[in-house]
Amino acid sequence: MESTFQKRLGWSGAVILIGLFALVPVVWIISLSFKDPTTIGDGNFFPTKVTTANYSSIFNQSIFTDALRNSIGIALISTVLAVFIACFAAYAIARLNFPGKNILLIASLGIAMFPPISIVGPLYNLWRNIGLYDTWPGLIIPYMTFALPLSIFVLSTFFREIPWELEQAAQVDGATPYQAFVKVIAPLAAPGIFTTGILVFMICWNDFVFASTLTSTNSAETVPAAIAAFPGASQFTEPIGTIAAAAVVVTIPVIIIVLVFQRRIVAGLTAGAVKG
Amino acid sequence: MSAIPATRGSGTATEQTPRQRHLTDRAKAERRLAYMLIAPAVIVMVAVTVWPIINAFILSLQRADLRFPENNAFIGFDNYGSVLSSPLWWADVLHTVIITFFSVGIELVIGMLVALAMHRVIFARGTVRAVALIPYGIITVVAAYSWRYAFELDSGWIPGLFGIKSDPLASTTGSYVAVIISEVWKTTPFMALLLLGGLALVPDELHEAAKVDGATSWQRFWKITIPLMKPAILVALLFRTLDAFRIYDTVVIFNNGAHNTETLSVLASNQLLNRLNLGLGSTVSVLLFVLVGIIAFIFIKVFGAAASPTGGD
Repeated sequence: MESTFQKRLGWSGAVILIGLFALVPVVWIISLSFKDPTTIGDGNFFPTKVTTANYSSIFNQSIFTDALRNSIGIALISTVLAVFIACFAAYAIARLNFPGKNILLIASLGIAMFPPISIVGPLYNLWRNIGLYDTWPGLIIPYMTFALPLSIFVLSTFFREIPWELEQAAQVDGATPYQAFVKVIAPLAAPGIFTTGILVFMICWNDFVFASTLTSTNSAETVPAAIAAFPGASQFTEPIGTIAAAAVVVTIPVIIIVLVFQRRIVAGLTAGAVKG
Repeated sequence: MSAIPATRGSGTATEQTPRQRHLTDRAKAERRLAYMLIAPAVIVMVAVTVWPIINAFILSLQRADLRFPENNAFIGFDNYGSVLSSPLWWADVLHTVIITFFSVGIELVIGMLVALAMHRVIFARGTVRAVALIPYGIITVVAAYSWRYAFELDSGWIPGLFGIKSDPLASTTGSYVAVIISEVWKTTPFMALLLLGGLALVPDELHEAAKVDGATSWQRFWKITIPLMKPAILVALLFRTLDAFRIYDTVVIFNNGAHNTETLSVLASNQLLNRLNLGLGSTVSVLLFVLVGIIAFIFIKVFGAAASPTGGD
């Protein structure tokens, strides 16, 4: 009993340390993005001379604005497709009896653990031959595929929680299995589907392996790949300020998503990984 | 794994007649519907992963260099011989193992602390969770740049803070420390969340009972919390080990494998895309795939043994 206060103090200290560790790199990159080119190398944690020049610079370069458009478009389309396809499979897994269900789950798990670099060579070769190299579909196809296992696991976990009697009731009332799915189950499943969508979007938004190997120009390069290819003022100067500004711009949407949907993200990740 | 979602209350027709040769029409229709529903996912996953890995295997049996297409030939397992007898391959295996071992090990300790803090803390729970989650959401490339510029002698705050006079990223040790810290920062939240899930399954009554018997919190942690969390710990280790073993983004952004930090994924992509040697590059890809498979297999064996007493979820 006498140590309760000390313990609480200890845990509060731990929480503050964790918070610092989590936030310092974020604050640092924001601080870098506001540094003036003349002070960027001074090593101060906070800028001594604040400027927004880095931001106006990146928004005037098509390498960044195009990449931003590509990132948003490709991530959104991949997310919608992956979640859509996964919904059907997850419904079958949660709801129907069929031989091969375990094989499907084990195979999905296998794909979740697959090293993406292992298929970059064949995809690079094939994409060049069939004209998908450096195009949106050329990235959407692998993103969708690698998002499917997580989507199937998370969605089937959510689908199991749905009161299925309602579906049977609908079928008794004359609805076909398809109608029962769309009219009764889909609205109940919507929160789980939304959560899955957030997780999948974050995976696609994050990718660098495919983005840096299967694209080469502004037409499909996403932000992570574009940042790594930013031109410096000269061959020997690293464009630190503009990289930092671009990094902040792509980080803001994710931070907003994390802050607004933290509860869902935690639920989805634990559902997909621990139970799945 | 233990995670096969149970089919609760559904498909009573097949359950009642498990071994009957003639399935009822209802059961047949159910199967047909199930196969139709899983077909798109299965087709996509097979087409985009199974086919390319087979293709990579076929390429790995050939001398296939895009710079010298006229020399293409089937050469059996010669590429495997070249790769496995090359010091570069074994050096990169070692680099990958070092990064994996230290990142996952450090993450496990910090992740456990974060999970315990998130579990215990009564005040500002939402804020704590949100802050701890932020690194998870940040793009790996962005995280790597932030840490790289923090470590760099020209721009960073870290050399100044610790009084380091030479560029940490120009040395092997410094590069490893930086890469590992960047990895740990980015992925600890994921580890912590998985552990938090396991922590929630430890019943409070056990802790209360042990307290009454005079166990210290340290004893309770090792004798109650850890054994009951074993399945969650193993799942978290499995996911993170496989993930860390494929490390690519962070290493490329830091220095593209310079100063002896080249990992297997970086080696594969260099062979494929810079040297355009599809044969050797594919061999590295296939070997990496096999290594990942072996690690997963070992974990699942251990995991299966550890998780079986607790049964399914």
